[in-house]
Amino acid sequence: MTPDPTPLTVTDEPHTEPVVSPSLASAATHTATTEPVQREARTITLEKLNAWYGDQHSIKDLSLTFAPNQATALIGPSGSGKSTVVRCINRMHEEIPGARASGAVKLDDFDVYDPKVDVVAVRRAIGMVFQKPNPFPTMSIFDNVASGLRLTARKVDPGHVESALRDAGLWEEVKDRLRKPGIGLSGGQQQRLCIARALAVEPDVLLMDEPASALDPISTLKIEELVQELKSRVTIVIVTHNMQQAARVADQTAFMLDGQLVEIGPTSRIFTNPTDSRTEEYVTGKFG
Amino acid sequence: MSSVSLQPVSGRRKRADRGARAIVALFTGIALIPLFFILYYLLKEGLGAWSWDFFTTDPTGSFLGDPGGIKSAILGTIEMVAIATAVAVPIGVGVAIWLVEYGRQSWLATGVRYFIDVMTGVPSIVFGLFVYITLVVTNFGGASFAGYKGAIALALLMLPVVTRSAEVVLLLVPNTLREAAYALGAPRWKVIFKIVLPTALPGMVTGILLAIARAAGETAPLLFTATIVNATTFNLGDRMNSLPALIFQDVGQAQDRLVQIAWGAALTLVAMILILTILARLVQRRSRLS
Repeated sequence: MTPDPTPLTVTDEPHTEPVVSPSLASAATHTATTEPVQREARTITLEKLNAWYGDQHSIKDLSLTFAPNQATALIGPSGSGKSTVVRCINRMHEEIPGARASGAVKLDDFDVYDPKVDVVAVRRAIGMVFQKPNPFPTMSIFDNVASGLRLTARKVDPGHVESALRDAGLWEEVKDRLRKPGIGLSGGQQQRLCIARALAVEPDVLLMDEPASALDPISTLKIEELVQELKSRVTIVIVTHNMQQAARVADQTAFMLDGQLVEIGPTSRIFTNPTDSRTEEYVTGKFG
Repeated sequence: MSSVSLQPVSGRRKRADRGARAIVALFTGIALIPLFFILYYLLKEGLGAWSWDFFTTDPTGSFLGDPGGIKSAILGTIEMVAIATAVAVPIGVGVAIWLVEYGRQSWLATGVRYFIDVMTGVPSIVFGLFVYITLVVTNFGGASFAGYKGAIALALLMLPVVTRSAEVVLLLVPNTLREAAYALGAPRWKVIFKIVLPTALPGMVTGILLAIARAAGETAPLLFTATIVNATTFNLGDRMNSLPALIFQDVGQAQDRLVQIAWGAALTLVAMILILTILARLVQRRSRLS
């Protein structure tokens, strides 16, 4: 393992110099090589994570590691707590009235739930894509991508917006109408716009909460291809209901049931040779 | 080729459908009748009063001679409603933001919501009385009746309307947008000012316009706060004329010319609100996206 190129500092201070990854920097100068440059992403470690909605204990003592530069799929039936786990990682869980969490979520060795940590700073380091595309309706395509930078008081460089759109595979489709409203795009394009918006703030981790469940098959395919490409830059956690999707995009897969981790392992093993009988029943479609 | 045969719709259902449609159409028609007649009489009686002098001269107050125009009333209404709007809109929108984004279901927010509902139901004359007792009778600011006191009464009247309508519109802003902004690392105040408010703006403008229209048409709160005078004034500490008050005064006179002025003034008031609404919509449309 090479030494960490950028020491992790999560503060409320806006980055004056946004850390631009090698691939982004080269894309911005239009000398992009076809091979994506590997960037050191972060490991996420959950330690004894518990989460509640009011009295409902929905995540129970979950410990789990998401490896850097890998895509990890979270699978499990409805209500098993997949989305809640993801929302605990960037502390979006606590935005829901009555919701709370305990335990540790570590980004490398940095505890996201440390009381001294500013929640806003955490979310700048951990990007999120939601189930339904949610571009800002009052903003143009350009402004949507730039919104993350503007909302965190950073300078917007048009080249930076372009590279984020290229990374989301949307640039060719929208380059002639950057000033048009973001909600004028199709559903799949809107979701890629949301991915571009999340990438523009240069996160270390990208959380995807069923990012393709509201999309048609072709748009879904594009999102899945994106996940494969983005792994070189960020650690990806993808919640999905669709087991074929997990099998296609994920390096490792975690199966959850009733707020607990049943098992985690390389995707191929989870789908072909799971150790737990419940996993086998789920992946073979016996329940869920 | 297979022939499809659908089960025929029974005659009773068809008749019920026709009957329901007829009833809905009838009620719509009934609702439109008074609206039509109001506009018809306003135009018929009011247009005759309109002339250049009507808009550019003050009322003379003379019963037998030239009654003059309505300039002081137009300007007084614009001044007082503008001030009332400038006071009520920021406060009302602020309260609505607090209720939706911060107070939510807390007991304080529930209490505030309850009082706003009560205030919405308070008759307008009560706001006038309140200002009359607290500011006019006490000679607050060295004078009894004053334009700004009328504006305060109107602002009090507008406040619950603005707050309630703004709250409803803010609640309509999808939570997914707030979440998207929070997930980007935006601090709360920026989520509110950069995402929630711009998204809610069109609906808010509608609510604000309704409040303005209501305030501009109110007579009762102005009668014993700004009262009725003839001369135009830009001094807010002076007594100030207004269109509803002028209509109220002139329509009861035993002089056809004064009654016609009241009609002309009423048409002017309606036209002013119409122009304001159209202007607001145009500005809104232009500012939405370039």
